[in-house]
Amino acid sequence: MQLIACPWCGPREEVEFSYGGQAHVPYPDSPAELSDEEWAHYVFFRDNPKGRFAERWNHSAGCRRWFNAIRDTTTYRFERVYRLDDPKRGGTELASSRKEGTAP
Amino acid sequence: MSPRTPGADLPEHPDALWRSPEPKRSYDVVIVGGGGHGLATAHYLAKNHGITNVAVLEKGWLAGGNMARNTTIIRSNYLWDESSAIYEHALKLWEGLEEDLGYPILFSQRGVLNLAHTLQDVRDSVRRVEANKLNGVDAEWVEPDEVRKICPVVNTSSDIRYPVLGATYQPRAGIAKHDYVAWGFARRADEAGIDLVQDCEVTGFTTDGNRVTGVQTTRGTIGAGTVALCAAGHTSVLTDVLGIRVPIQSHPLQALVSELLEPVHPTVVMSNAVHVYVSQAHKGELVMGAGVDSYNGYGQRGAFHIIERQMAAAVELFPVFARAHLLRTWAGIVDVSPDASPIVGRTPYDNVYLNCGWGTGGFKATPGIGSALAHTIAHDEPHPFVAPFALDRFVTGALVDEHGAAAVAH
Repeated sequence: MQLIACPWCGPREEVEFSYGGQAHVPYPDSPAELSDEEWAHYVFFRDNPKGRFAERWNHSAGCRRWFNAIRDTTTYRFERVYRLDDPKRGGTELASSRKEGTAP
Repeated sequence: MSPRTPGADLPEHPDALWRSPEPKRSYDVVIVGGGGHGLATAHYLAKNHGITNVAVLEKGWLAGGNMARNTTIIRSNYLWDESSAIYEHALKLWEGLEEDLGYPILFSQRGVLNLAHTLQDVRDSVRRVEANKLNGVDAEWVEPDEVRKICPVVNTSSDIRYPVLGATYQPRAGIAKHDYVAWGFARRADEAGIDLVQDCEVTGFTTDGNRVTGVQTTRGTIGAGTVALCAAGHTSVLTDVLGIRVPIQSHPLQALVSELLEPVHPTVVMSNAVHVYVSQAHKGELVMGAGVDSYNGYGQRGAFHIIERQMAAAVELFPVFARAHLLRTWAGIVDVSPDASPIVGRTPYDNVYLNCGWGTGGFKATPGIGSALAHTIAHDEPHPFVAPFALDRFVTGALVDEHGAAAVAH
């Protein structure tokens, strides 16, 4: 079973976690001004990349806290996990920051 | 005595069921994806509409994706009118498909039991049965003793964690041999002159304003009058290149087979509460599946704890299977939409049609969507069976919510 590194608890088995889909989807700044199409995209449309994906995960059977992860949807390998208050990290930074919080 | 040449006494290779042509420079219709839906669409384009200047482009080998990985269950007992219409249309075509294709597909109408384990299950199931009857779909509610008669190996005792309180039964449902279905469609399409081009991955599109003029592939650029995207779990890879956003998420969906057993399981049994679906293939292996792995994935494999849960559910429902050995597990990549209904029809490009979002239920629809999509392409107008499944329903709010309402195991 794959180990996922919770930023608070360290590496734990995959069954302890639940998936939260795409990360960094902010609530609209001006919800009252959104068109139906813009609402549709906020509610229903998410990225679905083949490759690196920034996602939300919840350590639901552990500390029950949410965190974000960069994971490859082709290999299922977690490249990095980071707390919600971290800004999203770009590609090159991802590659060089694999040590911290990386699942074995 | 000299050693015999290895293989010298083997029979000749059998005749190929279809040609393996070089792609032409252009086609009237280019279908991206040589799985069940793509091949069926090609067949009905030729058969019903006389359109044969068609290519089916497949990045791997024909029907090697989800068409080779599904659990072959065919049924039409969906709750909503829109869904039961397209799936019942498909089931009617299944019933004549062997004759149409002139090819055996081992279509076996052995019925499907959708078990109810809670009071809410019972209420939802009875509601669905009544909705099915109104839509002309054969459906009945059966009590536990009838479940036992239809499928004696189901554990209907009252002392299990989720006792069987009854089931919906659709006698016309069943299974078919998925590979044969694909081969039958492919053979017919090939006979009609349609080019089935394998090892041909679409990597981009050439566009002119609101039209796509061709597809760029690993075997060169191919001109296209109309393009139909039938790429299932890889649809987003194509639509991302086109700049179209489609609300699907690709997930691994695992299935498994046991070793070969004597015929013991006469029907198809599905359970949402205990979550597994089980049938027995003609050859004798138990074929099982359940829900998707939770995370997005394109890897055509999933996590073993998902398999463990399926097996636990299967053994709970079928104690007789407890000592059966697991033979193989695998996964396909399914394209799940927000309302668990397909997304079919127009795109922002005038001559590009979308066919995706079938999630975990695409196999049963194969002939139905093939004929409806072919009609849509031929008439440049969404067929009434697919019109409710347009991409714009996520803006209008006219969802076809089969997720919660039908409680169907997708």
